[in-house]
Amino acid sequence: MKKYWKSTEELSEMVQQNSPVRTGEQEPEFSVEGLDEAEIKQGLKSNRRDFLKMLGFSVGFASLATSCETPVRKAIPYLTKPEEVTPGIANHYASTYFDGHDYASLVVKVREGRPIKIEGNELSSITQGGTSARIQASVLSLYDGNRQQFPLKNGEHSDYSTIDKDVKTKLGEIAAKGGKTVILSSTVISPSTKQLFEAFKEKYPGSEVVYYDAISYSAMKKANKETFGKKTLPAYHFDNAEIIVGFNCDFLGTWLSPIEFSAQYAKTRDLTNGNKKMSKHYQFESYLSLTGSNADVRYPIKPSEEKTVLLNLYNYIAGKSSMDILKAGKSPVDISKLADELMSHPSKSLIVSGTNDVSIQVLVNGINFLLANLGGTLEFERNLQIKNGCDHAFANLVNEMNEGKVDALIMYNVNPGYDYVDAEKFINGMKKTGLTVSLSSKNDETAKHANYVCPDNHYLESWNDAEPYNNLYSIAQPTIHNIFDTRQAQESLMAWAGIEGNYHDFIQKYWEENLFGKQSEYLLFTDFWNNSVQKGIFETDAETIECPLFDFDYFNRAGADFTKVKAGGDIELVLYESIAIGPGIMANNPWLQELPDPMSKAVWDNYVAVSPRFAKDKGWEQEDVVKVNASIELPILIQPGQPYGTVSIALGYGRTDCGKVGNGIGKNAFGLGETNGDLRSYSNLSATIEKTGETYPLATTQTHHDMKGREIVKETTIAEYAMNQAAGNESHKLTMDKSETMYPEYEFPGAHWGLAVDFNKCTGCNACVVGCQAENNVAVIGKEEVKNRRIMHWIRIDRYFSTETDEINSPVVSENPEVLHQPVMCQQCDNAPCENVCPVAAVLHTKEGLNAMVYNRCIGTRYCMNNCPYRVRRFNWYRYLDNDKFDYNFNDDISKMVLNPDVVVRERGVNEKCTFCVQRIQEKKLVAKDENRPLRDGEIIPACVQACPTKALTFGDTNLKGSELNKKFEDQRAYGLLEDLHTVPSVQYLTKVRNKDAGHQGEKHHS
Amino acid sequence: MYKKSVRGILIKGNKTYGEITEQVLASQEKKAPLWWYFAMFVFSVMFLAGIWAIAMTIKEGIGLWGNNNNVAWGWAIINFVWWIGIGHAGTAFSIFLLVLRQRWRTSINRAAEAMTVFAVLAAGLFPMIHMGRIWNAFFIFPYPNTRGPLWVNFNSPLFWDVVAISTYLFTSAAFWYLGMLPDLATVRDRSKSKIKRKIYDIASFGWVGSARSWLRYEVTAVIVGGVAAPLVIAVHSIVAMDFATSVFPGWHTTIFPPYFVVGAIFSGFAMVLTLMIVIKVAFKLDDFVTEGHLDAIGRILTFVSLIMGSSYATEIFIAWYSGVEGEMFTFFHNRITGEYAFQFWAMVTCNAIIPQLFWFKKVRRSLLMLFIISIIINIGMWFERFNIVVTSLSKDFLPATWVEYHATNIEILTYLGTIGLFGVGVLLFIRYIPMMAMNELKMVNKPTSTIDK
Repeated sequence: MKKYWKSTEELSEMVQQNSPVRTGEQEPEFSVEGLDEAEIKQGLKSNRRDFLKMLGFSVGFASLATSCETPVRKAIPYLTKPEEVTPGIANHYASTYFDGHDYASLVVKVREGRPIKIEGNELSSITQGGTSARIQASVLSLYDGNRQQFPLKNGEHSDYSTIDKDVKTKLGEIAAKGGKTVILSSTVISPSTKQLFEAFKEKYPGSEVVYYDAISYSAMKKANKETFGKKTLPAYHFDNAEIIVGFNCDFLGTWLSPIEFSAQYAKTRDLTNGNKKMSKHYQFESYLSLTGSNADVRYPIKPSEEKTVLLNLYNYIAGKSSMDILKAGKSPVDISKLADELMSHPSKSLIVSGTNDVSIQVLVNGINFLLANLGGTLEFERNLQIKNGCDHAFANLVNEMNEGKVDALIMYNVNPGYDYVDAEKFINGMKKTGLTVSLSSKNDETAKHANYVCPDNHYLESWNDAEPYNNLYSIAQPTIHNIFDTRQAQESLMAWAGIEGNYHDFIQKYWEENLFGKQSEYLLFTDFWNNSVQKGIFETDAETIECPLFDFDYFNRAGADFTKVKAGGDIELVLYESIAIGPGIMANNPWLQELPDPMSKAVWDNYVAVSPRFAKDKGWEQEDVVKVNASIELPILIQPGQPYGTVSIALGYGRTDCGKVGNGIGKNAFGLGETNGDLRSYSNLSATIEKTGETYPLATTQTHHDMKGREIVKETTIAEYAMNQAAGNESHKLTMDKSETMYPEYEFPGAHWGLAVDFNKCTGCNACVVGCQAENNVAVIGKEEVKNRRIMHWIRIDRYFSTETDEINSPVVSENPEVLHQPVMCQQCDNAPCENVCPVAAVLHTKEGLNAMVYNRCIGTRYCMNNCPYRVRRFNWYRYLDNDKFDYNFNDDISKMVLNPDVVVRERGVNEKCTFCVQRIQEKKLVAKDENRPLRDGEIIPACVQACPTKALTFGDTNLKGSELNKKFEDQRAYGLLEDLHTVPSVQYLTKVRNKDAGHQGEKHHS
Repeated sequence: MYKKSVRGILIKGNKTYGEITEQVLASQEKKAPLWWYFAMFVFSVMFLAGIWAIAMTIKEGIGLWGNNNNVAWGWAIINFVWWIGIGHAGTAFSIFLLVLRQRWRTSINRAAEAMTVFAVLAAGLFPMIHMGRIWNAFFIFPYPNTRGPLWVNFNSPLFWDVVAISTYLFTSAAFWYLGMLPDLATVRDRSKSKIKRKIYDIASFGWVGSARSWLRYEVTAVIVGGVAAPLVIAVHSIVAMDFATSVFPGWHTTIFPPYFVVGAIFSGFAMVLTLMIVIKVAFKLDDFVTEGHLDAIGRILTFVSLIMGSSYATEIFIAWYSGVEGEMFTFFHNRITGEYAFQFWAMVTCNAIIPQLFWFKKVRRSLLMLFIISIIINIGMWFERFNIVVTSLSKDFLPATWVEYHATNIEILTYLGTIGLFGVGVLLFIRYIPMMAMNELKMVNKPTSTIDK
């Protein structure tokens, strides 16, 4: 029958009418659409069976295909969830860092039982929430697989009970025969540990404690004793000083308590809130230190000249104060202007010297006294206790050991086998000592020669207390269970001293007996204790004491020798602590090894720094290998700022037994220092340097050092600033006035994040760099890759030199350039050049003004890197995770525990960059949302801002009226880097103001 | 059309159609000469070395290259632009000269188009292997997806690149192939082997040569040609915009698109010249590629070289005239003087000065000089791309980040590999495809070879 239809609808209706349901035929069980009748009939015969067969096959195949080689990931759930642990939420515990060298009060961020980040404790009146690069990095040392993982007896794996038995027996025998047991320790600031030492001494009569510091401050204490009658270090108050004079004293970087001093120093440089006065900082130094780089006036002097300068300064001031003057040679620099300035600021100046020389420290004391600084900028009511080592006592000990007079030596937190000036002598002495026990956490250069090694816990695994200044206490609490079979040193001593219980109880007991009574807030000790542990600190007033008087009679007692100045040779050598490695305790920390030196920007090596002019005269070139004092071979690094006739070498390198990362990096320079009597000197006045003819490649992260006349870091002088707050920053207004766009400007309805960097406060200390690295899982890539200029740091500190002249061989360019430090992180441009060029839209702008990077969308064209004028984008050139070629901290299960679970570890081939710590922003936003309130100003603190000891960085919401950030943004010193490109950066820099007389610094660049 | 042709005789020797076929196809019908095998071996080895280098790059990462945080693009992009430039000539040659009624193109256009295809293939390799995550390369295509859907960034010149280059590759390949159909049929008809006949029959789409076929064929060729013509301009303009839309000194200029197109034609024509001299000498095709042909290319190169020279001068003038600090530095302290002065002056000498020798008829008529200068031009064009990519990136806004760039062996091998790919492609083309458009030659044979006789 022919069918006529008018539309497809009609046709389909007709088809339906013919369907089996309508026609009454049985519909097949399974859909047979698309088959013709014959096929259906044939197919229906065994349709159900076929279906089952097919089903069986497909299920079977699918399970086979998917079950083979499926990686098994073990996740162990909490059977009983600890009360305080919520997966995904970090816990913060107050703690304290003290490694015998640096001190800081901390808050430790713990995620799922793993400490992952160190933050400063804002409650501490000492470090005030600041940290340093090394302290930021210390969390990685917790997960150092090269720590000694179990106790050793004569180098063999042993256990604590055996060792305890042996040691106790031997100590008992020694005590019984009246022998000598020595506890050799680095400075201990834990009052409980000190008490423990006392208990130990009681148990084993005839034993004594010798304190030894790799970086010694013995001379200061001796000078204080001789002239002020106080064998202590004073408390310094740089914040009270209007004139600061440093002599070879890196108080912003490494000297005594740099975090504290940096904070104080920055306060005197603060020009926000309408302040128009700032301190004036003079620095006399023999190498370009971090502190010297921040000085307003810097004098490069040789180490041998320091005393002459001080003698002249003393004489000038003493003369004006009608005191006796001392015999002095001619000063290499004219100090009269400085001295007049000092005298016009009575009790408002501070002279400090970092030289371990009694006569120099006596002169410093004398000058400070004459300027009435005692009680103002330094005082003895509080004593800085973090340096207690005595060179004399240690030298005696080494001699006695070599004479076989010491029967037992227990070493706590020391490594003289590496860092003593005559390490070999010490090790020989150890061999002549009957019983040597090391409590080192590593089987290091010293411990490997000991009979017994009872590895100490990491500080994050330990209870401890600290008293860095008298009556300012802080507490360290464990944030993780011992990772390895280690035992806290104090508990080892307790075991040997026969004290029952654990160290926690011991501290508690000490606090109950000694500190509980010093307060009246808490009636119950448990409350007091819990509160102190929670806050991490307990601070009480110190007793008032009378201001000590300078004992001028000392000059008579010291006689003619006092004014003798040791002449320097052809080349004078300076040894210094580098910002990253310091005395080398954490040399196995890859974050620190890859931290660019603030001055040379070199990583993974130490070197002989020499000024361009001196190098030219001597015929040395960068990377030439030279032999220093016929003992160690190091490459030359041309370092503007190094005084002529001197070279400098960083300490802390050349470790041989610290672990896979630090072993063999650089050379050990501790042995190059001279000893002056018993005192260790960190210089060598007659060094010899010979070229070997070889070269050695150095890796630096910066190779061009001047700004090429561009307005990158803007600067002015205080006089200009006082007249015009926009001085040096005139172009900002011009640029802003001319800034126009054809496109509609995007409004940010909610928050809009921004960051301000105050050049007056930033000292270039690098704490932010490591803080960022820890927070954001930034990879370590090793020397070779840094040399290829692929460093991964999300925040870098650009360092520029500037001088009035560009004559390369002029003394000022070669030995005394001005230095500028500029932290550069992603500027989160609102008109970001990187965003529009990404072909796959992996770079986007968020509603809060952040420049978001979508890692899993990135295909790695690197177009964004190319189009970023700030060069803050980083590319994963290789796979840095689980790659044996990058065996740093991303390659084993233990060190990977440090990774922040909130931040993804980037894959090979993707681009990455600073996010303003978006994970922290998100966290605080959720907290605020939970509490149904707007975000508070300053609530969100990115890692770099948190780490900064000087509060040079301010983070906040530019849409929030009156926020701290907006105060900075509205300051007339504020400008955006490369703002004339109309990138509209969310980071603003505040012009650097120098407290110096001559000329407008900004102008001299325009050539 | 015109009574007198300015060009004179295009095909010498007063050939019959049969002779044209015989002589053009001689290269594939006779046994391959020894040098062909030797060249094939050399290029294959280069190609394999390149494949090894690419495999290593994909296995280990872009870290094997000399790029760094500052110079994120290097040889890969230089070579990409260089090849794309060379790849311009074929289509430009065919289409522009078609439009300009330059009939002398007929003996050259086939080889030029083939060259285009191989050059664009070589060029296309670089953006691919240049990606950090090549396994996600498909992200770059706007395809419907379940991720939102998530689209590509239509603002990015790199995306325009993808579109332009893939379109150009397919269009120029189609244009080339289309032109080949009647010739492939000729090969088929002359072939005695059954298999060969079958293959060429399929390849020629069963061309029968009826009047209708010819009619359709010619219309199609014109249409495809018409489509391809703007692409020639577009492709290199867009490649230029990769640079011109950025903020970098030395890149951020409006002159780039025309400057790149001219540069591309320059390098492409030079490559055509190189290739035609090789073909002419190797296969004794002097009657087809006459002195007149080479002379014409020489004249064009002279003119284009002048444009290149004035472009360089314009860039430098604008850098000075704008007063922009970064531009001044890039041009005056990082190109004309400074670390990269050699590369800059090499570029100027090779591209703007040496081709001026073509003003002399003697030079234009000397095969050796033509050959040498054609190679020099492509070396110069490579340096031009080096100048653009590396100098601007290595020293940009913040001196603290400045760093030099040095290519590694892997990058050099990758480059050699693409030369190998190109060489292998050209050699195969010579052997298996009629290397001159016989059908077109036959069209111009009568009118041009009989004039002035």
